[in-house]
Amino acid sequence: MTIRTQVIPDSGVKTAVPALEPLLVEIHEAGRAGRHVRGGEEADGHIPAAFRRKVSLGLPELTEPQVVRHFTHLAQLNYAVDTGMYPLGSCTMKYNPKINDRVASLFADLHPKQPQSTVQGALTLLAELEAMLAKLTGMDAVTLQPAAGAQAEFTAILMFKAYHQKRGEGAKRRRVIVPDTAHGTNPASAAMCGFQVTTVKSDAHGNIDLASLKAALGDDVVGLMLTNPNTLGLFEERLREVCDAVHAVGGLVYGDGANMNALLGVARPGDLGFDCIHINVHKTFSTPHGAGGPGAGPLCVKEPLRAFLPKPWIVRDEQGRYHLDTARDDQPPAGLGDSIGRVRTFLGNFGVLVRAYTYMRTLGEEGLAEASNDAILAANYLLAQLRDSYDVAFDRACMHEFVLSASRQKKQGVSALDVAKALIDEGFHPPTVYFPLVVPEALMIEPTETEPRETLDAFAAAMIRIAERAKTDPASVKAAPKNAPLARLDEVTAARNPKLTWQRPA
Amino acid sequence: MLERVGIKSVDDLLTAIPKDALRPKLGLPVGMSELEIQAHLESLAAKNRTAGAGPFFLGGPVQRRYIPAAVPVLALRGEFLTAYTPYQPEVSQGTLQSIFEYQSLISELLAMEVANSSMYEGGSAVAEAAFMAVRTTGRKKVVMASEVYFEFRRTVRTYAKGPDLEIVEVPARDLASAADGAACLIVQHPDAFGGLVDVRSVADAAHAAGALCIQVTEPHANALLEPPGALGVDIAVGEGQPLGIPMSFGGPYLGILACRMALVRQMPGRIVGETHDARGMRGFVNTLQTREQHIRREKATSNICTNEAIAAITAAVYLALMGPEGLSAAARLGVAKAHALAHRLGALPGCSVSTEGDFFDRFALRVPTLAPGREGSGYAMRNALLVDNVLVEASSMHYGDRDDLIIQCTEMTTEAEMDALVAAIESIAASVRETVTAR
Repeated sequence: MTIRTQVIPDSGVKTAVPALEPLLVEIHEAGRAGRHVRGGEEADGHIPAAFRRKVSLGLPELTEPQVVRHFTHLAQLNYAVDTGMYPLGSCTMKYNPKINDRVASLFADLHPKQPQSTVQGALTLLAELEAMLAKLTGMDAVTLQPAAGAQAEFTAILMFKAYHQKRGEGAKRRRVIVPDTAHGTNPASAAMCGFQVTTVKSDAHGNIDLASLKAALGDDVVGLMLTNPNTLGLFEERLREVCDAVHAVGGLVYGDGANMNALLGVARPGDLGFDCIHINVHKTFSTPHGAGGPGAGPLCVKEPLRAFLPKPWIVRDEQGRYHLDTARDDQPPAGLGDSIGRVRTFLGNFGVLVRAYTYMRTLGEEGLAEASNDAILAANYLLAQLRDSYDVAFDRACMHEFVLSASRQKKQGVSALDVAKALIDEGFHPPTVYFPLVVPEALMIEPTETEPRETLDAFAAAMIRIAERAKTDPASVKAAPKNAPLARLDEVTAARNPKLTWQRPA
Repeated sequence: MLERVGIKSVDDLLTAIPKDALRPKLGLPVGMSELEIQAHLESLAAKNRTAGAGPFFLGGPVQRRYIPAAVPVLALRGEFLTAYTPYQPEVSQGTLQSIFEYQSLISELLAMEVANSSMYEGGSAVAEAAFMAVRTTGRKKVVMASEVYFEFRRTVRTYAKGPDLEIVEVPARDLASAADGAACLIVQHPDAFGGLVDVRSVADAAHAAGALCIQVTEPHANALLEPPGALGVDIAVGEGQPLGIPMSFGGPYLGILACRMALVRQMPGRIVGETHDARGMRGFVNTLQTREQHIRREKATSNICTNEAIAAITAAVYLALMGPEGLSAAARLGVAKAHALAHRLGALPGCSVSTEGDFFDRFALRVPTLAPGREGSGYAMRNALLVDNVLVEASSMHYGDRDDLIIQCTEMTTEAEMDALVAAIESIAASVRETVTAR
């Protein structure tokens, strides 16, 4: 299998340097324009001269067919879930059902400031989604505001801060603990809340090291941020002891739900000792990743944290109507109380949440459990095929993803990055590389439940071929990719001499 | 597959999970077919009153704007929509070049030197801009004008609880006198009531005090108004939804964040830069990554990872299609309609435009008192208009001391909608006068 390389017709435009596709500014010619909107000339009299734009508005002028071809050509340069298997570990690149996109458009023409009586359908959907997420995670209350997992982390650590302050312990609790396998967002979120970060190492089985954790705990601890299954794809074997130890010093346990795709109907974080958990709906609930976003990061919490959730809250009255408690139409609004307040302008990434709701309702309880089952089986099936060709970081049954090491290949002169680039030539998106940091030459592979067995077999065969070539012809692996639109890019030059906008042709 | 793994069932792989927690009953509904779910979502959607279903004057950061047909066709192609963050640039040039073009277009529109590849949405972008100023100046006091959108100010206040920042809110005209010791002055132009603000004097006051000037801006306004980069602004932020993105009841949207090049290493979020490949072909990569969480962890400039890339691509497609003429026309139509409407409404008995000074494409309107009590005159009028299926915002819901309507126009506002609003306010006010007279 090779990646399809699009033959893009030459537009005739001469670019400053050899390029796959000209920039908009290189296609521009003064006087070209579509007629999407016109008129309004009388407006100029209403804007005093002192406020009027004097610097030129140098947006490119193009015809609609030029714009359509430009972005179509660009789209064709992308690898995506719609074009092939995308086993990017920790990102859960499962198939994104098209029905989810279509039903989201039913709600496109709703303004977030509409009176609540005019948006009862939207509020009903959000309230039902909150209830489903609480049941799925074993938690008591949910906020849908966070735009992504990282914003949910920030929200939760702010809530932890408010919780400790409410108990008169705000001044002394200054440290957040993260394992060395944590996503970079965890320590970054803790730091945004003004806390110090203590990193705890992993043990020989890929768990957080319990002795080191206990040594790090004290009454100055805000809490622990823990991903489970962790970023090695492994379920913490002494999870309850870990959570109990944190609780024993008065700390709280944050669940990073990036790997929730392993747990649907398998186990509820709320039954395992977590005080809260976020869900990346763009991972677990199949909403499209959008080339980097949007996501949504609902945060599900246990009862003691409810009061600190961001407001407004969606509340239901006796007649079954929904309201926003801080801006009710029908009675005086509620104050913020202990809430940390809003973390964004409006209720959440609604269009993403509609897709997640649709996914959950389509699969139902049985289908969700089946999804996790299949994801776990697919990962273990791949691991079984690749175990002999690559080193396995921690060799025990994995959950929905696993981490290989290219250490063996490194001795042959082939790095994890080289393996990744060679996979591009084989027609696959590479796995996550060099993460988690505790595994040298890491290759983190997450096949998801939506790949058929023959695709898993083809991916395994490609990985094994690359391992063979590393032994016999390492130079060919290091020269990859050859079948991609571009060869390897010079990232060092990009960072040293940043060119972050186009230069207008003179 | 089970055989290849060497197990009888998946449960054989789950021995690390406590037995009492394994395979709980969740109590979730049973699944649905695609046909059934489509019908279910249609029934929920039918309980909403869409913006286009009657006279509509809501706005602010989120605006009902015309979206050219080609925008969703291009931006929502599967190759963009179902890709992720371009970690492998060789197979992600579509995303990377589109975002580089977005950064370039935004920089051009705002006359700023650099824009990042997107923030979550407007409010959190303002908060992140304030954090940038705090890092740059080493000061912890953030001064905001009270004419910045309520929801943006509230979001900043929430974020400020993280690093324990001091927040000061004063009317825009008093920003200069609060500048002492501030990390930044945050001013919105056009402001929440549509008012035009002298940003240059705010920037001067900020710089004189060693602070940064942050302007909250709106994309379309920059087609007609002097942009932040020409006003001495250090960081420009705003909500990018009006650039071809549906209103969708609150998101997903697009946080715009642009700044002077000197501040680029304090910027949060992803930034795309130009480079070349091993064969000398032009290409694009995520760059300046040593600011970011996956490299710097607790020392990163922000925790942002997943952002709003598809919204940035949407905005790039929108700006490419509209061009300078189309964007200016859309902006002008909003201004022209707002002024025509203000003229008519201001002539009604008991009504007057209450935005101070000049306004852009929205304005505040003082209306006659309908009923005493908690609901001020603006709020009561808003509710009375809702009965007539006319949607307008009441400022008292969020700007406590102001008791007016806020009326937003865009190119989508029709003559019929404007006629309906004028007639409804006139008739509601007249019926109140009759009631009062009858007493």
